[in-house]
Formats: sequence, structure tokens, C-alpha cells
Amino acid sequence: MLSDKDFKILDEILEKYGHDPSRVIGIMQDIQREYRYLPTESLTYISKALSLSEAKIFGVATFYENFSLEPKGKYVIKVCDGTACHVRNSVPILEEFRKVLGLSESKKTTDDMMFTVETVSCLGACGLAPVCTVNDEVHPAMTPDKVQGIIDGLRSGEGK
Amino acid sequence: MAFEIVKTRADLDRLQIKFKKSLDSQSKQILICAGTGCVAGGSLKIYERLQEILKEKDIPCSVMLEEEPHDTIGVKKSGCHGFCEKGPLLRIEPYGWLYLKVKVEDCEEIVEKTIIGNECVDRLVYKDAEGKPYRQQSEIPFYKKQTRLALEHCGQINAESIVEYIAVGGYQAVAKALFDMTSEEIVDEITKSTLRGRGGGGFPTGTKWAQVLKQDVDEKYVVCNGDEGDPGAFMDRSMMEGDPHRVIEGMIIAGKATNAHHGYIYVRAEYPLAVERLQIAIDKATKRGLLGKNIMGSGFDFDLKICQGAGAFVCGEGSALTASIEGHRGMPRVKPPRTTEHGLFDKPTVLNNVETFCNVPPIILKGADWYCTIGPDKSHGTKAFALTGNVNNTGLIEVPMGTKLREVIYDIGGGVKDGEFKAVQIGGPSGGCLCLNSDEDHLDISLDFDSLKKVGAMIGSGGLVVMNDKSCMVEVARFFMNFTQNESCGKCVPCREGTKRMLELLNDIVEGRGTPEHLETLEELADTVSNTALCGLGKSAPSPVISTMKYFKDEYIAHVVDKKCPAGQCKALSNYKIDSEKCKGCTKCARQCPVGAISGTVKEPHVIDPAKCIKCGACMQGCPFGAIERV
Repeated sequence: MLSDKDFKILDEILEKYGHDPSRVIGIMQDIQREYRYLPTESLTYISKALSLSEAKIFGVATFYENFSLEPKGKYVIKVCDGTACHVRNSVPILEEFRKVLGLSESKKTTDDMMFTVETVSCLGACGLAPVCTVNDEVHPAMTPDKVQGIIDGLRSGEGK
Repeated sequence: MAFEIVKTRADLDRLQIKFKKSLDSQSKQILICAGTGCVAGGSLKIYERLQEILKEKDIPCSVMLEEEPHDTIGVKKSGCHGFCEKGPLLRIEPYGWLYLKVKVEDCEEIVEKTIIGNECVDRLVYKDAEGKPYRQQSEIPFYKKQTRLALEHCGQINAESIVEYIAVGGYQAVAKALFDMTSEEIVDEITKSTLRGRGGGGFPTGTKWAQVLKQDVDEKYVVCNGDEGDPGAFMDRSMMEGDPHRVIEGMIIAGKATNAHHGYIYVRAEYPLAVERLQIAIDKATKRGLLGKNIMGSGFDFDLKICQGAGAFVCGEGSALTASIEGHRGMPRVKPPRTTEHGLFDKPTVLNNVETFCNVPPIILKGADWYCTIGPDKSHGTKAFALTGNVNNTGLIEVPMGTKLREVIYDIGGGVKDGEFKAVQIGGPSGGCLCLNSDEDHLDISLDFDSLKKVGAMIGSGGLVVMNDKSCMVEVARFFMNFTQNESCGKCVPCREGTKRMLELLNDIVEGRGTPEHLETLEELADTVSNTALCGLGKSAPSPVISTMKYFKDEYIAHVVDKKCPAGQCKALSNYKIDSEKCKGCTKCARQCPVGAISGTVKEPHVIDPAKCIKCGACMQGCPFGAIERV
């Protein structure tokens, strides 16, 4: 359930975009930045505020790949599977991340809500292929061997 | 900080001279590549470390070019230099030296030797296979055959400084377009230059602009397509990150040419750095009076907004992109009417790609006749390519149209990595392959719109993915089909259902369930989808399949008839074998095998029972002697 504080945040975001229905994608991006996903209630709220039907709002939210209606982990790991990364063997890297974190194609987020592993079509860092990103930080020239180290590094950073 | 606003054209000329003097007063400049690639390699740490060291040694340095001459060392974040494979890169001016793979630990020596001692740190310069060193960036084979036009400033100037951009002649093309030319004259000049859209379609830019100009409507738009979704392409990203003012300049000129006063730049969500740099550039240009109301006192208004995508490949298609800016699902619509008539908010819209806009300012400044001296007839100018895959020098390159594929791969790219040349995939998921086999030799094909079309490929946005003899072409086709299937917006049946069925067929083939009938059905579906899909993406979705089937039919046949993958890539079609010479009998593989398919005695060569083997590859990964191979 969203609290009054949450609605205040939503109002601020709507204000920033001048309640302009044509900027609904930007509004949803800001909401997702705040919560790491789009809470269903927030979509209902902005649908009223922008006078757009809920069907339209959910249509947009589910059309674009970047929007998620499910909560994501604190660290979102994106393994690039663009052409350049693919021919330089990106698939074993993805498999290693899933193995280390106990995830699969259908289970993308760990139970402790720390890690989400997904693929991305191309990050445009093809010169460094294969790459992956952790919350937008690029890790170049990846190998399956480096996976454990990255996860350990993130976990130990949490302990501090 | 107080700064001068450009109120007239004379102001711009005066500021250019002043800022150029200031730039020349910097006795040395260190340009640190701050493109995404080098940032990932740690270039920002180098940027900070260099400043620290200079400060410790009491050497004055400045990160932003000041307006007045000042004798300091310039330490600058530049755009992508292109040689991403060797990053992080550092360019030293005025010498033109390029340092490769620089580490934080190298900074002390660079300051000591190069900044104080005027000496080159030779261990950091490029060396070719024979060990010959190249100090000058322009002499390195990777750069020597290139002609940098759209990428002119990328890596040469500070990407976040408008002062520096003005110093090297920035916004002069806008001044010329606003004060010396009418809309018709600009359109004529662009038409004469034969500039064609660099985003994939290759539609003549002048024709497009003329169509928008002739619409008698008050409100029109200029939209820049920065939704570079093709996997394996990153030239637009580098231009937006490395030379954002150039994009803005091209768009203002397009505005003047078509009487449009509002612009949008649509950028992929995956490119946060490009959004940041463009926003900085827009803010600075607006504050200086070079964007917004009454630009340079010319009476012409033009404002610019950035619109971020949200992850949909199909938004690279014109009508889907405008739908997305309007806040809808990004789905293409039936054309005509074209975007030039009913585009953004249903108004006439100029929609061009980033690279196209980057080509506009030099055409206006130097003229169409000059532009036509570069490249072959009907395909004048240059093209930027993202050179990636199994090639020694990956990176961002720009060559004259009509350059031979061989020159790109061997002279610039330094040859094929880890194997022999087999093919290049050009144009991403909408493109095709160029190959070298017993029937075809495409190495001497010239890279331009028309030559590529003849062999069933296209320039597309400019991704060039090199593949060696270990790449399976059926798997490559499956990979692209998987991509387009995922990205299909679902509006029209041929694309939504057709790509899905094609992917199923390809999955069957690479997983060993294929029959010769699969190939027939695949060909038929490819034909149907390409002829009946609604938008360009659907129409071109079967291209990778058609192209690989044309040039590598024998590979497809090997998969379905002999149940073999000639490249040894498709796991389900390969067998694992232990080399009895190399096997030491350590028993590790037998212990790792999940199905007990490996047998043998200690210190004796082991064997795999192919009937039990599930081809998981665990034995090969685990073998400490490299004795297990896939055949």
C-alpha cells in the first residue's frame, strides 16, 4: 500500500512534467527510478491525475521493456546479448550469474531482493564485448570466471 | 560566472577568435577519452589522478577552457576516440600523440616525462604486430585510412565545453544558414550534396526536407532519431556523447530549412551518458543565445527537448518513434501519409538520424560541391561503422562511402581474431551477410548503399560484426530471429506470428530436430513476412535468414541432413571426444559427468560413451589438460 508520503512523491513527479499526458513515459521512468519498479497503485493514481484510462497506462507500462510491474533487486545485473557480445560468448556469462545466484530464465530476482539478472539487447559498448552492467556501471571484457568476484564484491560492500 | 551572450553574428565571430586564442594559449592538452568504453576501463580515475599530480607539482591546469588566454595545461574529458579495444586512451596535444591502455599508475610518468619534459612515453604508444611503434595518432593504421567528418570532433575537443566548440568553428554553419541562406537554398544545398539518411533507409535527406518545407502549416517539428537499437551499433551514441553541439547545430539548420521551430531528440534509455551530455549542451547553447528565442539576433526561434526511450527496438521506426514521444505505445502505423506530412503531433516532421544531422553543418559551411568530392556517385560522403566481433581492432570508425570491405577488416581492423575470415554481418537484424567462400568473394565489395543492395545486404545503421570460421551461420540467423521476435510490437500478423514460427523452425534446426522440410517452410515464411509485414522492421526481419540461406546453404543442409554443425557451435549437434594423447587419466571428467557417460581407469586415457552423453560440456570445461574437444 502506498502511504501519504508516496502520494506526495507522485504529485511532485506529476508536477515536474506539468501534468502533461504526452509525457507519461517520462513520468513512469521517474516513478520507476524512485521505487525500482512501477507499483500498480501508482499507475492507477497517475491515470486519474492525467485523465488517461488505466488501460492506456497499463498498455504503455507493459509495452516498453524497461518498465517492470514486479519489484526488482537492489542490484540489477544486465548481461548484454547484443551481436558483438554474443559472438564473443556472452551466454556462458549469463548462465554463470544465474548459477551463482540460483536464478533462471523465469526467476529473475533473488528472494532477498538483492539481485536481479536480466539480458539486454545491446548496451552499445560493443568495443569491450562481452559486457554486463550492474546498476549502469559497465564491466568490460567479462568472463564467467569474473562473475563470482563481482557478486562477492557487491555483497561485501553491503556488509560495511 | 558571467559570460557573453551571442546577440549578433559579429558576436559569434569575435568570440570564436577570442576562444581560439584561449585554446592556443594552453601549452599542452591532455584529452582523456570519456566515451562509455573508456569510462568502463577507468578513464575517469585517470582524469582525476592527473589533476591531483599537476596540483601537487604546482602546475596550473584547467578542466574547462576559459574564455581569456591562460597559460595552463588543459585536462579534458573528450568524446570517443574510436579505438575502444585499446582503451583507456589519452591524446596529447599539440603533439598528436596517442597513449593506449593507460593506467592510473602511468599518470606520474606521463606528467613527469610528457608534460614537464616534452618527451613521449614510448611504452604507451601503439605498436603493430612487428613491434613498430607509432607515436602520432594519425599515423596508426587504424586511423590512417579513415576520413572523420561526422566524428571530426569526437576525441579532439572537450565534449562538455561550448567555449571549445565555438573555438573550433562551432555554430558558424548555423550562422551561415540563418543569415546568408533562405530555406529553399538550404534544402537545395542538401539535395545537391546527395546526403542520404544514415539511419538505415538511405532516403535522400534533401527530398525529405523539401517535402516538409512545402507543407503550408504553422507548426512543424524536427526530430532526431537517437534510438540506436541495432545490436552491434554505437556510432550515434558516440556522436551524442562526444560532440553533442554538432547534433544541435544540424537540427537548428533543419529547422530553418523547413520553417520548424521545435525539436526533439529521442535517445535510448540505455544511453544515460548521451542524455547527460546533450542536456548540458542544450542548456549551455540556450544560455549563450545559440538556441531558443531569436538565435543570434536573427529572428529565428528554435527550442529543443530530449525525450528518453523506454526500451523498444521498434521505436527506431519513424511512426513508432513519434508515437512514443507523444506518450503512446511505440507502434508503427500504415504509410502513407508519411512522417513528412503527418508526423509528430500529426504535424509535418523532419525525422533524421543522429549521424545524418552531424553531416549537415560541414555541407552548409563548405558547400555541396566539396561534399561530392568524397565517395562514389549517388552515395557521397562518409559512413561511420561500429567494427566489432572477431576482429583485432574493435571500435568506431568512419570511412568514405565506397571503401572496400577488405580495407576495413584488414587495414583498419587489423585482421580477423582467433581464426579465418568467414563473414561479416552488416546492418544488424535488418541486414545481411557478406562472405568469403568457394562461390562468393565479397571482400572487395565497396561499402555504399547501392553496391550492398545488389548482394542482398544493407548498410543499415552501420554495425559491422566480423565472424571467424568458428561462427555458425545458422546460429547467427537464429540469434537475430530471436531478437526481432522479442522486439516485434505485435501489431501486424505477419511479423507477430511469422517471426515466431521462423524462430521455432530455427530452434529445431540448431537443436537437431530439423528436417529438409524445415528449410522449405523457412524460405516460404521468409518470403511471406518480408512481403506483407506492416513496417520496415517486419519487412526486413527475415533478411538475416534469407542472406545466410543464400550464401551458406550447405551449413543449413549439414544441420538438417547430416545432423552436424560444421562450425562446432551448436551444442546439440556436436559430440565430445577425449584425445587419448593428452588425457592423463586424472578421472576429473568422469567425476564431473552428471550422467556417468565417461569411463576409464586411473592414469589411463578415458572414453566418452556417445549414447549416454547429454552434451552438457561439463567435462570439457573441467579438464585441466585441454584433452576434451567438441567435434
